[in-house]
Amino acid sequence: MTTLTPVLTKRWGKANSWRLAEYQADGGYQAARKALTMEPQAIVDLVKAAGLRGRGGAGFPAGTKWSFLPKPDGGPRYLVVNADESEPGTCKDMPMLMADPHMLLEGMIITSWAIGCHHAFIYLRGEVVHVYRRLLRAIEEARAAGILGDHVLGTDYQLEITAHAGGGAYICGEETALLDSLEGKRGQPRLKPPFPAAEGLYARPTVINNVETISQVPPIILGGADWFGSMGTEKSHGFGIFSLSGHVQRPGQYEAPFGVTMRELIDMAGGIREGHKLKFWMPGGASTSMFTEEQLDLNLDYDNVIQAGSMLGTRALQVFDDTVCVVRVVSRWMEFYAHESCGKCTPCREGTAWLRDTLCRIEAGGGTPADMDVLGDIPASIGGCFCPLGAGAPLALNSSLKYFRDEYEEHIRLGRCPFDRAATTAFNGEVA
Amino acid sequence: MPEVTAKTDLVTVTIDDVAVQVKPGTLIIRAAEQAGVYIPRFCDHPLLDPVGACRQCLVDVASPAGPEHKLRAFPKPQPACTMVVTDGMVVHTGATSEAARKAQTATMELILGSHPLDCPICDKGGECPLQNQAMMVGRDDSRFSGTKRHYPKPLPLTANILLDRERCVLCQRCTRFAAQIPADPFIGLQGRGAKEQIGRFDPAALGFELTAQQGTVQEDEVAWGERTVEGQPFASYFSGNIVQICPVGALTSADYRFRSRPFDLVSLPGVAEHDSSGSAIRVDLRRGRVLRRLAAHDDAVNQEWLSDKDRFAFGWQTAPDRLTAPLIRDGGELREASWPEAIAAAAAGLAQAAGVGVLPGGRLTLEDALAYSVFARRVLHTDDVDYRSRPHSAEETAFLASQVAGSGLGVTFEALTSGAPVVMAGFEPEDEGGIVFLRLREAVRKRGAKVFSIAPFASVGVQRLGGELIPALPGGEAAALTALTEASPAGAALKAADGRGVIVVGERLALVPGGLTAALAAAARLGAKLAWIPRRAGERAAIEAGLLPGLLPGGRRLGALSGPDAAALAPLFGTDLPAAPGRDASGIVQAVIDGQIGALVVGGVDPDDMPAPAEARIALDRAFVVSLDVRRGPVAQYADVVLPVAPPLEKAGTFINWEGRLRPFGQGIATTALADGRVLARLAQALGVSDLAELGKPGLTHDFFGALGAPAARVAAPAVPAAPAPVPPGHGQALLATWRLLLDAGSCQDQAPHLAATQKLPVALVSPGTAQANGLTKGGVEISTGRGAIVLPLRIAPDMLDGVVWAPANSGASRVLPALGACGGAVTLKPADTKEVG
Repeated sequence: MTTLTPVLTKRWGKANSWRLAEYQADGGYQAARKALTMEPQAIVDLVKAAGLRGRGGAGFPAGTKWSFLPKPDGGPRYLVVNADESEPGTCKDMPMLMADPHMLLEGMIITSWAIGCHHAFIYLRGEVVHVYRRLLRAIEEARAAGILGDHVLGTDYQLEITAHAGGGAYICGEETALLDSLEGKRGQPRLKPPFPAAEGLYARPTVINNVETISQVPPIILGGADWFGSMGTEKSHGFGIFSLSGHVQRPGQYEAPFGVTMRELIDMAGGIREGHKLKFWMPGGASTSMFTEEQLDLNLDYDNVIQAGSMLGTRALQVFDDTVCVVRVVSRWMEFYAHESCGKCTPCREGTAWLRDTLCRIEAGGGTPADMDVLGDIPASIGGCFCPLGAGAPLALNSSLKYFRDEYEEHIRLGRCPFDRAATTAFNGEVA
Repeated sequence: MPEVTAKTDLVTVTIDDVAVQVKPGTLIIRAAEQAGVYIPRFCDHPLLDPVGACRQCLVDVASPAGPEHKLRAFPKPQPACTMVVTDGMVVHTGATSEAARKAQTATMELILGSHPLDCPICDKGGECPLQNQAMMVGRDDSRFSGTKRHYPKPLPLTANILLDRERCVLCQRCTRFAAQIPADPFIGLQGRGAKEQIGRFDPAALGFELTAQQGTVQEDEVAWGERTVEGQPFASYFSGNIVQICPVGALTSADYRFRSRPFDLVSLPGVAEHDSSGSAIRVDLRRGRVLRRLAAHDDAVNQEWLSDKDRFAFGWQTAPDRLTAPLIRDGGELREASWPEAIAAAAAGLAQAAGVGVLPGGRLTLEDALAYSVFARRVLHTDDVDYRSRPHSAEETAFLASQVAGSGLGVTFEALTSGAPVVMAGFEPEDEGGIVFLRLREAVRKRGAKVFSIAPFASVGVQRLGGELIPALPGGEAAALTALTEASPAGAALKAADGRGVIVVGERLALVPGGLTAALAAAARLGAKLAWIPRRAGERAAIEAGLLPGLLPGGRRLGALSGPDAAALAPLFGTDLPAAPGRDASGIVQAVIDGQIGALVVGGVDPDDMPAPAEARIALDRAFVVSLDVRRGPVAQYADVVLPVAPPLEKAGTFINWEGRLRPFGQGIATTALADGRVLARLAQALGVSDLAELGKPGLTHDFFGALGAPAARVAAPAVPAAPAPVPPGHGQALLATWRLLLDAGSCQDQAPHLAATQKLPVALVSPGTAQANGLTKGGVEISTGRGAIVLPLRIAPDMLDGVVWAPANSGASRVLPALGACGGAVTLKPADTKEVG
C-alpha cells in the first residue's frame, strides 16, 4: 500500500506558509546554503544521480538537461522556470506557488548556481494575478533579506530573479514559445535545433524546467540521491503531486511516490462519487489518452503509462463517472485546443477548429455518419503539426473513440445527446 | 560563381531512389530539387529562414544511426523544409511513399478546408501554387462541411497592397519577408487559431476597441519615415515582393488586381530601369501592354527581389504624354512633323550653330551611349559632352574617368555581401540603392557584416542595417574619410577585413570637394575595395562609352591615344577627334549663357535635376535645342526639334549596372519607336557623315567594345585636397542635407498612383538642439536661400548633428534644387505655419 510522501506539500497547511520568516523557521534556504558550498558540477551530478525527471510533462531527466549547456564562454546563461500551467486539469504549480513560493526560489538559487546563471526568470501564466502577487512578494522578501541580489546568502554569488506574467496563451507553456514570449515576441514555438540549451533566451544557453521540478531540488540537496531514489519506481525516482479532480469524493493534491496506482489514489480521495462508478480517467491532463477501469492498477510512472498507451504528463488525474457524456467532454477540450492553437502550423490551426466544429455539431445532435470519418482521420492529420502541443490535442478524442465509439454513433443516430447533463454536476445527493 | 567543392565535402542522400550529393547543411527540400524531385510547399522559400509552418512538405525520412550506421526511420513523416540532410539519408516523398503521400494529402485537405476555392475569380488562378499542388496531392472531393472563414475584403495593407484574408493559408512568407529581408515588419500575425490573420496593427480589422488615449497619436511625434503621404503607417519600399511570393491569391497589388488572367499574359525577361542595380525582371504583357512586372531570378544581382519602384513604376513608358511623332517649332509653337522634315530641321540648326553641347542624360543603354559619344566627337566635332544631369564636379569627372571607366566587373554584389565591413559615404542605401539595400541587409543578417554610414544622422535605412553612424556635417564627408584610419572603429574594421572591406560612395560625394579623392586614399590606406554606386540606370554605360569631357570609350583619355587605341576607335570615331577636353554639363550651360555654344542636343534631361536649374532653363531657352525624349518632358518647351525615342520596353539594349555587369535585354514589343542611337544615326547622315548607319545597334556596339583592349593612357586620378570639416552656421541657419527618396516626385513614377500613395510623408528633420536654438517647435519649418524657400512639417531626429537640416530632394513640396538653387551649404531656418504644410 502506497502512502503519501509530503515533501513539496508538507507546509501547505501552515499559517502564512508563503512568508519568508515561516519558511526559514521550517529550515528554509538550508539547502541553498549547502549547495553554495558545493561545486556546481557536483550539484548537477547529484541531481542526475537522484534521477529527477522533468515534472512538466515530458519527464526528461533534469540533471541531463542541465549538462547539455555548452561550456561557459563568459556570456550570460539563463534558468527559466515554466510556470505557465495551462493544461486542462492541471493544478499543481499554482497551489505550490501560492503555498510555498520560497521553495521554488530556493530551488532556483541552487539550479542557477549549478548552471552558472546570474539572472533567472519565472514565466507565470497571466491569468493568475493572485499567484503573481505572491510570487513578486516572495522575491521582494528574498531580495530584502539578502537571499537574492549581489551576495546570495552572504556569498559572492550574484543572482536576480524576475517573475514575468504571460498574456494567457496555452502555447507559451511550450518551452520555445515561452522563450519567444519572454523576449517580448509573439509566443510561437521555435524551430529546433537550436535547442534552448545551446540558444535559448536571447540566444544564450538556457535551462527551462517546470516549477515542480525546480522545487524538488532543495529536498534532493538535503536528502541526497539515495533518499530520493528510495521512492518511486526504477526509472521514475521520487515523488510528485498527483492532482485528482472530477468525480471523486475529495478532489485535491496528493503527493505520492511514482508507482502509486490510480486505485490507491482514488481510495485516498474517498472513492468515486457516491452511487456512481468510474467511466474513464485522464492520467496527465487533457492532452493524453484516456484510461478506464482497465488501468486502475497500473503503477503510475513515466514509462508504465507510456507503455499502456498514454502519458503521465502533468499528473492531472481527472476522473469521470458514468453520468458523463464523453462527446461533451472531448468537445470542450477540443474547443480549448481550437481556441488556444497558436496558429503557426496548418494541422493544429485548421485541424482543431474542424474537429471542434464537428464535435460540437455531433453533441448538439447535428452529426452525420460521414462525421465519423472526419473524427477518425483528422487527428492523424494533426499529427503532422509543428510542436508537441498540437500532437497532444487529439489524443483524448482518439482514445475516446477507442473506448466509446458507440457513444458518438448514438449521438448521430438519435440526433441528440443521450445523457442527463444535470446528473454530471449534481453532488452530495443534490437534486438536479 | 561556380563553387568547386571536393567530393569528400559532400553528403550523399537518396531521394525517391535518386542519389544526389549535396553540401552538408542542405535542407531535404533543396536536395530534392537537385535530384529533380518536387516536394509541395507553401511556407518554404529558399531566401527566407526555414519555419516549418505549413507542413505541406512532409516526407518519409530514414537516416543511419547507431554504431553500425543502420538505417533508422523516423516514426512519422518529417518536414523537408526544415530538416537538414545527413550522409546516407534516405528520403521518400509522396511520389514513392504511401505514408508521405498520405501526410501531404492530409495537410492539403486542412489547407483547403477553409479556402474559398474562388479560383475562377482569383487573380492567382492559373499561376497558383495552391492550385497546382492541390492537383498534385489533394483529394478529389472535400469533406469539410462547416462554415468557411469570411472577412470583409479586401483589407488594404498599404495603398498598394491588398489582402483577401479568406484566401490566406497563413504560410507566413509575407511576414517573414517583411521581418527578415528589408527589416520592415509592417505586417505580422495577429490573433490565433483559426482566426489568425495577417495584418498591420489595425484595431478595426481586429475588432479591438482602443481607449481614447490609446487611439491618439501625436502626429508630430511619429518618427520620420513612419507615415506615408496619405497618413498611413509607412509600409516598405519592397512590399511588392510579398505579392509575388504569396503562394495563394491572398495578396494582390492595387494596380494589377482584376486586370488579367495569367494565361492571357506573355512574359518576357527584362532589366529594370529605375536604379543602377540592373535588376532582372519579368515583364508580363497582354496585347502589347505591360500589366505588371515581377522580379526575375538572378542570384548575382537581385536574387528574387525587386524594389517597388522597379516593380510598379512602368506606366511612364506608355504615359499619355508619350511622344509618337517628331515635333518641330514652327512660329513659336511645336507641331508634328515627319521624320525627314524633323531630321532636316535638326541637322540644319546644329550645322549652323556656333558650337554644340551634348547632354545625353543618365538613363541610356550602352548602345545609345556609344551613339551619343560617336555623334558628339565625330559628327559634331565637340568634346562638350556630359551625361550628368545632376550636380557634379571636375574631381568627379577625373574620378569616374580614372577609376570607373574601363574597370570592368569591379566590386560586385557578392563582394558587398561577403560579410566584410562596409563604409558608406554620400550614399543612402535604402533610398539611393534599391536592391543594394536588400543585399546589404543580407550581408548584415546572414554574415554579420558591420555597416558604417558617414552622414549627419542615421537614416531609417541605416538603422535597419544595424549601421553605425560616423557623424559628419554635410560637406564634412571628405574630412571624415580622411579621418578614417586604423584608429577609428570603421577604419580598423576595414583594415582587419584584409582587402575584403568595401567603401561605398554615392554620386552625392561629388559635391564635397576632395571627397572622392579622400575615398580613394582611404581605400588605398586601409586595403579596402571602393565601389561607386550612382542612382540612375545609365550612368555606368555612359561612362564606359565616354560621355564625359576628356573621356573616350573604355577609359581612354582624349588626346592621348596610342596607335592601337586610335585604330580601335577609328571605325566609329574617325581620326579627327577633338584636340582638347571639353566642358562638363555646368560648363556647357554656362557656355550657352556666355554665347560660346549655340545649340544643345539633349537626352532625357530634366532641367530641375541640373546643378543650377534656373541657369539650365536660361541655356535651354537661348540655345537651338534638339531634344530626344520618350515623353513630352520639361525640355520640350525649349526645344526647336523634338525627336521621339523608344523607352526600354520598345528597344533592345544593354544597361551596365554599378558593378560593371552587362545587363542586356531584348526588345519587348515591336513598335515604330526608335532607340536614341538609331535617331542619332539618321541625324549623322543628315549632317553628312554617311558611314554610321549601324550606330546604336547592339551588334555594332558589342563588336566595338569587344575589340577594345586595355587603354594605353588613362585620365589621372583626382587629387583635390579634402575640404575642411564645415563649421555649423550660427543662429537662424543650418547646413542643408538632402537626397532623393526612392519613391518621390520623379517623372518615371508619375503613372503609378497606388505606388505614389506609399511615399513617405515629406518632412524636414533637425536635431533637438537645432530645433531649440532656432525656436522651431512642433509644426513646420521654412528652409530658404536667396533663391527661394520650401516649407515642410518638422520632425526631430534625435541623433542628428546640431546645425543641420535635412529635407527630401524631390518630394511633395520639397523640391530642393529648383526651389533653393542648391543642394548643400548654409540655408536659413525659421518657424512656419503648419496649417499650410503637409
